[in-house]
Amino acid sequence: MSDWIAIAKFDDLPRMGARVVQFDTVRVAVFRTSSDEVFAVKDACPHRGGPLSQGIVHGTLVTCPLHNWRIDLATGEAVQPDQGCAHTYQTRVEAGQVYLRLAAGKSAAATESCASHA
Amino acid sequence: MQKMKLVMVGNGMAGMRTIEELLKIAPGLYDITVFGAELHPNYNRILLSPVLAGEQTTQDIVLNSMDWYAENGIHLHLGKKIGRIDRKRRVVEAEDGTCAEYDRLLLATGSNPFMLPVPGADLPGVISFRDISDVEAMINASSQYRRAVVIGGGLLGLEAANGLKQRGMDVSVVHIGSWLMERQLDEPAARLLQKNLETKGLKFLLQKQTAELVKGESGRVCAVNFKDGDSVPADLVVMAVGIRPNTALAESAGIHCDRGIVVNDTLQTYDPRIYAVGECVSHRGVAYGLVAPLFEQAKVAANHLAEYGIGRYEGSVTSTKLKVTGIDLFSAGDFVGGEGTESLVFSDPSSGDYKKVVIKDNKLVGACLYGDTINGAWYFDLLREGTDISQFRKTLLFGQHHLGDSGHGPAEHVAALPDKAEICGCNGVCKGDIVKAIVDKKLFTLDEVRAHTKASSSCGSCTGLVEAVLAHTVGGDYSAAPSKKPLCKCTEHSHDEVIAAIKDQPLKTMRAVFDFLEWKTPDGCASCRPALNYYLLARWPGEYQDDAQSRFINERAHGNIQKDGTFSVVPRMWGGLTNPRELRAIADVAEKFKVPEVKVTGGQRIDLFGVKKEDLPAMWQDLSAAGFVSGHAYGKALRTVKTCVGAKWCRFGTQDSTGLGVKLEQLTWGSWMPHKFKLAVSGCPRNCAEATIKDFGVVCVDSGYELHVGGNGGIKVRVTDLLCKVETEAQVMEYCGAFTQLYREEAHYLERTAPWVERVGLNYIKGRIVDDAAGRAALFERFKYGQQFAQVDPWKERAEGVDAAEFQTIRITA
Repeated sequence: MSDWIAIAKFDDLPRMGARVVQFDTVRVAVFRTSSDEVFAVKDACPHRGGPLSQGIVHGTLVTCPLHNWRIDLATGEAVQPDQGCAHTYQTRVEAGQVYLRLAAGKSAAATESCASHA
Repeated sequence: MQKMKLVMVGNGMAGMRTIEELLKIAPGLYDITVFGAELHPNYNRILLSPVLAGEQTTQDIVLNSMDWYAENGIHLHLGKKIGRIDRKRRVVEAEDGTCAEYDRLLLATGSNPFMLPVPGADLPGVISFRDISDVEAMINASSQYRRAVVIGGGLLGLEAANGLKQRGMDVSVVHIGSWLMERQLDEPAARLLQKNLETKGLKFLLQKQTAELVKGESGRVCAVNFKDGDSVPADLVVMAVGIRPNTALAESAGIHCDRGIVVNDTLQTYDPRIYAVGECVSHRGVAYGLVAPLFEQAKVAANHLAEYGIGRYEGSVTSTKLKVTGIDLFSAGDFVGGEGTESLVFSDPSSGDYKKVVIKDNKLVGACLYGDTINGAWYFDLLREGTDISQFRKTLLFGQHHLGDSGHGPAEHVAALPDKAEICGCNGVCKGDIVKAIVDKKLFTLDEVRAHTKASSSCGSCTGLVEAVLAHTVGGDYSAAPSKKPLCKCTEHSHDEVIAAIKDQPLKTMRAVFDFLEWKTPDGCASCRPALNYYLLARWPGEYQDDAQSRFINERAHGNIQKDGTFSVVPRMWGGLTNPRELRAIADVAEKFKVPEVKVTGGQRIDLFGVKKEDLPAMWQDLSAAGFVSGHAYGKALRTVKTCVGAKWCRFGTQDSTGLGVKLEQLTWGSWMPHKFKLAVSGCPRNCAEATIKDFGVVCVDSGYELHVGGNGGIKVRVTDLLCKVETEAQVMEYCGAFTQLYREEAHYLERTAPWVERVGLNYIKGRIVDDAAGRAALFERFKYGQQFAQVDPWKERAEGVDAAEFQTIRITA
């Protein structure tokens, strides 16, 4: 379990919004939906690298602020007919604390969710 | 729970579009069975003409492949004609004995070609032009025989004739009327068309009534005899004199028909379990034969089958184009005209151009174009929207001047454009990309083209061109946007309906709007949420709690996001005035926060570029301490009031334009708008502040102030309309506030004043602002009331800690 990193209090995430978490190597957008689900996606739109964290969250989608691509927060996939995939990361919420798995989960989740574009 | 059973009779375009729409909004609700009399899967009947002409193959025009039916779990019975409906037991039975039970039945039986009841109509070699087998018969005949006669000089007949000519036959077109396509064209346009087709080698026999088809020695048709005694030899006769809704099945089941299966606005027949869509339908006494209205019907029927039940089909205005390569014509509405109408006509026979628009009560009611048809889509829009055209009546015939401002010559003909011509400058989409997407992905609507190619999805200025490409590629009767445009895909309701519901119900929270108007998504989308947030804020100042998560990032972070994710900061400078102390403060801030670029804006302000989001609150704190407030350069809000130096310094100045500009900016700053909103005040008619391309512009003259509205210097340059002239500064303030409030209350979100003024008409605005003194005063009062809550500097608030988390990055280091 050591690869789960505590990143924020659940209450610090705005509902239907996101917080930016800057790791040494990667910038991750952590979203909270209207139904209080938490998702983590690399903060770069597969289109032109726009900061997804700054987009409008609706359902389990975020609309990129630069060119309005819609990205599924659970899979990282762009909504058809746009094609592309953003890396996603595993998250869990325990006792009001949000954890994110960066290292081990990263390649596995990314490969799995983006397989169709490999 | 067992799924309900939906059975569809007829496997054509309207019916299958209904099924597709249904699968989109309520997948899994029904167990679906489809019966088709033809042996083919659903294909694009509109494109039979290009198949006949050899420009496409039958494979090319298939819309839903056999695999598609299988993937969607649809039971498909091809080559089976339904002979009986048992409404009591709710079973349909095919002629071969196949039965299917239904909970809901959808009739999409289309239409039958009308065969003239003349002797010889049943001879070999006499066919109609309706389906793939007819086209195959024509193609076969063209390889064995030489002389073809097409009876009927309408849309279908001419397309058949053109196709047969392309296949090498010698073709004569027989027509009973005195000119071709009389249901779509007036005589001058039809003459141009006939001349053009004659140069392609077609022959025409007008005002001829067919008496008899003559049997030859081989038993096949050999000639057509006319009532006037003339005769023309024929090895192939194609009857294209019209279609009749196919109501036989419905009638045999006792369903009320009157020249079509009679349906209500939810496309239900007199038996509410039975729906009908397409060419077989009679809706409010009208049977449609073009694809656009049929797709509108399909959408409503699907909506009702999905048990949403909020859509209504209220009839369509249709337009026509002929699918003959190299010929462009367009007609819509009442193009003939009559009592109470006026016609504007442009005719240039030697270049083959003809344009006619018919006007009634200052509104376009019909149009007929031959040759240059690029403005067809625009006229069609004006017609459907019922736009007041009195302000641009003089230029109406010459089209929408601004079409294609982004790099195209206005008169350029879309058909003549090379494939690599750029159509959408924002997204770099060329004509070839659009055509390829339309053909490969089988697109019909502007929305679909937008989704697949991004063309016209950004600034929208090329929408007319994209529609023209679409119309040209799919052959004209593409599915134009329905006359009532939903606010976004989350709802069926239009902007106006949403605005009215918020006011009248009243609705004071976004959740209330979603619930009352039955939004289809749980929390809207990136299009509707900012719109609703604005509408609620504008209607209920002081009551509605602004929702930051429903604002675009620029308005949430009070800066303009740049392509690298940094922000730009523009402090407000009242009327464009500044002083050394302010400039020093800006210089200090720029140095302290290492601002990489400083630029003077078009609105006479200073823009600091490349600021990191985390630095914004601290930067605002410094600016706030120096007396600056937000310039709202990022918002759908009052942006700037641009001024010239005016009477204080300028030897030409007539009034204190700078001082008036400052007062206007103090009045209007902070107010949220449907879109950005710019003001200017010029001190004399030389107009150095460019007031005549602003949303509200003041031009000072010796005797007072001219007030101009609806200008735009952006995508489509539009010069303002003169609203009126007033005498005092106080009047300028009142008219400005009232006009602004009218725009805030009635325009659609993301609609600038220029298109708004064009949509509602200048006369309407004059009626509300100039003629109605009490109304004007009330609007001004409402504006000032709202401003109490709006004129709070968002920068100062955030410098003091509001929304702190929005600006903080969480840093995790290993």
